Amino acid sequence: MFKRIPSESTADAVVFDFEGRSISARAGDTVAAALLAAGETHFRTTPEKDRPRGPFCMMGICFDCLMVIDGEPNRQACQVLAADGMTVRRQIGAAEVGPDDPIPGAET
Amino acid sequence: MNPDLIVIGAGPAGMAAATTAADAGANVLVLDDQAKPGGQIYRAVEAADAKAEAVLGPEYMAGRPLAAALRSSAVTYVPDAAVWQVTDGREVGYSAAGRAHLVRAQQVILATGAQERPFPVPGWQLPGVMMAGAAQTLLKSSGLAAEGAVFAGSGPLLYLVVHQYLQAGVKVAALLDTTAGANRLPALMHLPGALRRWDMLAKGRRWMAAIKASGTEIVTGVSALKVLGEERATGLGYRVGTGPWREIESEHVFLHQGVVPNVNLSFAAGIKHRWDERQLCWHPVTDAWGRTDIDGLAIAGDGAGIGGALAAEAAGRIAALGALAELGRIDAAARDTQARPHRAALEREGRLRPFLDTWFRPADHFRVPVDDTTVVCRCEELTVKDLTDVMEIGLAGPNQLKSYCRAGMGPCQGRFCGLTVQELMAREQGRTPQEVGYYRLRPPVKPVPLSELALLDADDGVNDG
Repeated sequence: MFKRIPSESTADAVVFDFEGRSISARAGDTVAAALLAAGETHFRTTPEKDRPRGPFCMMGICFDCLMVIDGEPNRQACQVLAADGMTVRRQIGAAEVGPDDPIPGAET
Repeated sequence: MNPDLIVIGAGPAGMAAATTAADAGANVLVLDDQAKPGGQIYRAVEAADAKAEAVLGPEYMAGRPLAAALRSSAVTYVPDAAVWQVTDGREVGYSAAGRAHLVRAQQVILATGAQERPFPVPGWQLPGVMMAGAAQTLLKSSGLAAEGAVFAGSGPLLYLVVHQYLQAGVKVAALLDTTAGANRLPALMHLPGALRRWDMLAKGRRWMAAIKASGTEIVTGVSALKVLGEERATGLGYRVGTGPWREIESEHVFLHQGVVPNVNLSFAAGIKHRWDERQLCWHPVTDAWGRTDIDGLAIAGDGAGIGGALAAEAAGRIAALGALAELGRIDAAARDTQARPHRAALEREGRLRPFLDTWFRPADHFRVPVDDTTVVCRCEELTVKDLTDVMEIGLAGPNQLKSYCRAGMGPCQGRFCGLTVQELMAREQGRTPQEVGYYRLRPPVKPVPLSELALLDADDGVNDG
């Protein structure tokens, strides 16, 4: 399991929800880093064969850490910074996008 | 906003290129997909404290003045920007803060760096398996390390990360070295050049000596690997030569087989590439100033061929001087004079490269898996057998393969299967990788929501810079 190397860092703690579990992270952690530090490695399930996947490249190019973050699917957990009050869910199969989904940035 | 120069990427090449151009008075826009400058090599360097320096080493801290120079320069720096398109008309499409933008400049420098080479072994898709570079990313940006992990593969970065783990006081279960003994003789031909960088050779030997002295189990001559576990990694199986399979238990397996240029953006821009047989990857074709065959598009750093951070920094400055001359801000004589020290640095950094490339050349069976059940395309979950079955019907190249089985069409857009598919096809068809070619890559090279494209603002439209 991933552990924190002792340091003089005094970064604030942030707390978010992962599948009903409260995860405490350090400010500046990505969602992926925070979940790995909490012992979680299963981030999504593949669309084709229903197999578990977790972070692999940690630099935003493998797309194996796709999660549903604050209701939005296909977010790269290794690129999104953890924030207080976030809701993070495993992405099960292909992301569902419907006609009624809000359009980010659109005027309502 | 009407930049003279757009620099894509804020690693060593991008930071050096942008500040060199801005210091000469050019209006420069830097787009980078990370939250902070540094690229992968200098990731989170601005926040590094004394403890981080002790763990990550002085080479890492070399990124700090570059990041500071970027911050204090007149450069317009846009972090968290995903560039999804560069056209042959120097139009750059990117998304930042949930909005898409199009911007054009007279000069564009791609400084998109490197990624780790795909390393397809059975089970590499299981949770708990990551690239060694990913382990290093977690160490740099979050101070996280996995106790009792297994590291496997070959290449300087592999030993460096193990060394950094040990510096951090974290135990490593084993280092399984796949470096082929057959590489030694051809590598020794490059030793005279390499000895001119005896300092770097000595550094590598120091890392190895420290790893040995730590009591970490080191296994050399590893000829085969397979990740154990069904739902997640539980360990790593390996063979030495033709010996029996052995197993090491561990929840964390870190793989590495060298690094290769990030070519998705350069291919999608239509830039000409050639297969490099020594580095076993595609290189965009560039001249002495990093210029490509497309007017106004240059490439600097590892994205043009692997050379390391210091070489990338020098190449970034050289490309910027080339761009400044194209912009008419300096004349050719000033360009050549100012480039001289950077050319010397580039030459110095390149001395060890042929030796390293040859010594750490990944063995054929670690680039193209021999086991039929090994997953090659992680996104579409396609195995060697899935692909060779399709190849049997006779295909012109990797691009045609897409239409039959979707290989390379998932979200990673071939970044973790392209080289494998290409070399697999070359093997199956008895052709060279250059003949087989690569996937035809098209924009957007990063996923961008249609809603963002639909909302592209007219005011945000393309400037004829």
